[in-house]
Amino acid sequence: MPSEVTFEHHVSDAEFKSKVRKTTILLSVITVIELCIGLIIYNIHKGESPSHLLVLMFKGAVCILSLAKAYYIVSIFMHLGDEIRNMIMTIVVPLLLFIWFITAFIVDGNSYKNLRNTYDPHFKESTMPREHHSTTEKAHDEPKEGKQ
Amino acid sequence: MSTAATTHQTKWWSGGKSPFNLEYGKLMMWYFLMSDTFTFGAFLISYGTIRFSQNFWPDPNVVFNAFPGAGHANLPLAFVSVMTFILIISSVTMVLAVHAGHNRDKKAVVKWLSWTIVGGFAFLSCQAWEWHHLITGEHAALVDGQIQLIGQTTAMNPWGQLAETSAITDALHNSSQEVLAKLVYEHDHSKSLEQLIATPKDQLISALNIAELHIREKGPVAFGGYFYGITGFHGFHVFSGVIINIVMLVMAQKDVFEKRGHYLMIEKAGLYWHFVDLVWVFVFLCFYLI
Repeated sequence: MPSEVTFEHHVSDAEFKSKVRKTTILLSVITVIELCIGLIIYNIHKGESPSHLLVLMFKGAVCILSLAKAYYIVSIFMHLGDEIRNMIMTIVVPLLLFIWFITAFIVDGNSYKNLRNTYDPHFKESTMPREHHSTTEKAHDEPKEGKQ
Repeated sequence: MSTAATTHQTKWWSGGKSPFNLEYGKLMMWYFLMSDTFTFGAFLISYGTIRFSQNFWPDPNVVFNAFPGAGHANLPLAFVSVMTFILIISSVTMVLAVHAGHNRDKKAVVKWLSWTIVGGFAFLSCQAWEWHHLITGEHAALVDGQIQLIGQTTAMNPWGQLAETSAITDALHNSSQEVLAKLVYEHDHSKSLEQLIATPKDQLISALNIAELHIREKGPVAFGGYFYGITGFHGFHVFSGVIINIVMLVMAQKDVFEKRGHYLMIEKAGLYWHFVDLVWVFVFLCFYLI
């Protein structure tokens, strides 16, 4: 009985090897860039007056780089890119729900925080980051960091 | 072997052939992975919601700064980058195993699958060390008006904001003899811990430089539950992936796939293994980078 599906997708060995090598290097390079950004964020936090906008921008950049990594893993390593378009769509289209999912829940968390800060002075007082003591505390931060 | 009529450009399915040109099990693996994506997504989004509802959240670079054998050295992100690279490399060896399966090269399948299993075990060992270090670590934290040495558990979080000097001064007098002795011992090894415990409290307190102590308040409790819950769930996936890979290795050794005429099972196990790597990309992002 003839088989219904193609079990073997014949790719030339050389082509396959260069594709895998390229993807591996790409994933490693992206990871290294992510780590560098992580350390940059760490150093911004340690500084005298951390710029929150700058931190947010770096965090956004890391998110985009992670999505790029996910794309390469799925399309090259998992070969989703080689499947029939309609099949790809049955996987990718449901994932679009995440756009709503992430937005809605993060906005919800944020709104809960704002409500508590407005109506619960104790919560605000006890959890709001203090900026004023940073000059005295942070000066001692450097040599003792390892003791945390 | 294959139906030559299946073209990749087919727009509408007209029957008589596999619409996606995919074997049933492989297609179902894809749908399982999609549903698992939603499970992980729900966990991570719940974590995000809680994080956005807090005024303060610990800086991951402060929490994850230890490296095996490096003692108290401050090495933010170092160990987790090792873990990340282990997973990336094991993903690459899995790609090579799947490719060897396409070529029906049993020896290469066994070789690359074995390396993938080694990578999986290496990752799990790293995670075990990291958890152990976080749970058993003793971090001085200001809890209920006294200094306590606590680890990162699901009930306690020692990574709050830096405590104010005046609060620390008061707390030192309320703290136990043992905690004070340990704090002194951390900075000064001239006396043994037993000797220090026998020293009067006032002397211990005066031996401490408050500005140098670097004591933090309690942090958000939810941190531990989410961290252990989500990395644990991911670790469980890695573990089951390793088990599946071992089963595949044994089956390949016993010529099961050779007799079947194809190594499609390796491909399905490969999909699962890559998924584990994929999830780590986001766990890494959410817990260690941002």
